Amino acid sequence: MPLLEVKSLTKRFGGVMALDHISLRVDEDEIVGLIGPNGAGKTSFFNCVTGLLRADQGEIFFKGSPGRLNDLPCHKILEAGVARTFQNLRIFKNMTVLENVATGFHSRTKSGLLDAFLRTRRLRTEEAMVFSKSMEFLRLIGLQNQGNEIAGQLPYGSQKRLEVARALACDPKLLLLDEPVAGMNPSEKQEIAALIRKIRERGVAVLLIEHDMKFVMPLSDRVIVMDEGEKIAEGSAEEVQKNPRVIQAYLGEDN
Amino acid sequence: MKKIILFLLPFSFFPLLDKNAYHMDLMTNVGIYVLLAMGLNVAVGFTGLLNLGYAAFFAIGAYTYALLNLHMGCPFWLGLPIGGLVSMIFGFLIGIPSIRVRGDYLAITTLGFGEIVRIAFNNLDRWTGGPNGLLGIARPNFFGFQFSVNATPYFYLVLILVAITAYLLLRMSDSKTGRALVAIREDELAASCMGIPTLHVKLTAFGTSSFIAGIAGAVFASKQTIITPDSFDFVLSVLILAMVVLGGMGNLWGAALGALVLGILPELLRGFASYRMLIFGLLMILMMIFRPQGILGGQLIRRELQTKNEGASDAAS
Repeated sequence: MPLLEVKSLTKRFGGVMALDHISLRVDEDEIVGLIGPNGAGKTSFFNCVTGLLRADQGEIFFKGSPGRLNDLPCHKILEAGVARTFQNLRIFKNMTVLENVATGFHSRTKSGLLDAFLRTRRLRTEEAMVFSKSMEFLRLIGLQNQGNEIAGQLPYGSQKRLEVARALACDPKLLLLDEPVAGMNPSEKQEIAALIRKIRERGVAVLLIEHDMKFVMPLSDRVIVMDEGEKIAEGSAEEVQKNPRVIQAYLGEDN
Repeated sequence: MKKIILFLLPFSFFPLLDKNAYHMDLMTNVGIYVLLAMGLNVAVGFTGLLNLGYAAFFAIGAYTYALLNLHMGCPFWLGLPIGGLVSMIFGFLIGIPSIRVRGDYLAITTLGFGEIVRIAFNNLDRWTGGPNGLLGIARPNFFGFQFSVNATPYFYLVLILVAITAYLLLRMSDSKTGRALVAIREDELAASCMGIPTLHVKLTAFGTSSFIAGIAGAVFASKQTIITPDSFDFVLSVLILAMVVLGGMGNLWGAALGALVLGILPELLRGFASYRMLIFGLLMILMMIFRPQGILGGQLIRRELQTKNEGASDAAS
């Protein structure tokens, strides 16, 4: 059984078909690249899967989740095991680095407002657990010494990695990365590639949107190509690169 | 805890140093403002929910205690929590439909609610006495000690309530709930994608905020013994919001300091007679130009976080 199975997902914005009957699957421990020209509908696809957009038609199933994922609100989808990052950074800028990661534990801790008021044993054990585990995630992305800094003051590359760590803190089975290396230099890109491989080793499948072919092709087990809301190709990096429809989508009509 | 004592202890000596009855009364009102500013700060400062009808929740607390007391002889100590709870229930009632809308829209909704409550109290003559308000609300009796027109006991009552509120709110802000509130303020969309049930958390913030206003209202009613709808107009809502913004949004002590400054400043400026409010307004404008983050914006927030992180690294090591 696949981890994520999407069947005929369709989303319209007025007359524009952002997603046109997209069907795809992601298996466990897989790294899948989702590529396509600008406006192909890649981010809309992410938004539909994570519940930020309601799909018009189609179904999304996730392993271990009884019903359709597209009937659930965002935070329930996260609890089912899908976490994401954003194309434009969306970290909590005025919180510290460590606190940013700690928010990822929200759905898996039980203490509420009354626990906070009374500072119950449950709250104290949970907080100790949350912060020590958050530190582990900071070590994973190499920000263990910046834990106390205000997140918005970190350099861009570190903020991007922080967003990944925050998503990982949600303990997902599938991580959706929306352009994780946009605006990064080649050595930073290598670091992120290594990080993504480490994430897979932890048993988390990764579906990533990326424009940089040099980055995405060697990293992905499988590549899916979208254009104008449709899935036009799927396969290994080599197969996809030879596919005439893909070449046409990227280079335009051949006269 | 230490910090709260440090901040509030100096004020507990105030009645010993200043025997002026008018000053005492003023400081008690300022204390009520501090409560209100701390309460509004939970919604506006921490969570980013702009509430322009906060005076309505203050009014609901006040009228709840007043009506319970006048019709059923409900004692103050029972009326106090009931005032808070009723206000909180109204907070949920107005919050559930309106908290889905964001930013400016929520501000308009709460603005409307604030006016509706005031106008309702003004027109429900049969129950609320209309514009004449409610008279003869009982003062508290503390184990045989009867509060009187002298404001000093009220001052201490308010001081204790401020201490308790500050204590609980500090605990809240240094917890999972506090982080969730700030995360929603920073980026609601990202927060929901990180598994925070935003609707539920925003209602918690709104309810807590209303509860504190209700408590403050009950104290106010018992202190004034007369309440009229005029006491809870839009200007009050704006004044409390100004206190929060002036002190530093999202900072507990900032809100308290803002209330202190805006509560006392008009009195200090009395010497300027009719130019008083002009100078007051000018000071506010200058403040917002040169220090838009508020008196205690930035700086104190960071200190708070540092202590938190020390605790965290201890846990990690």
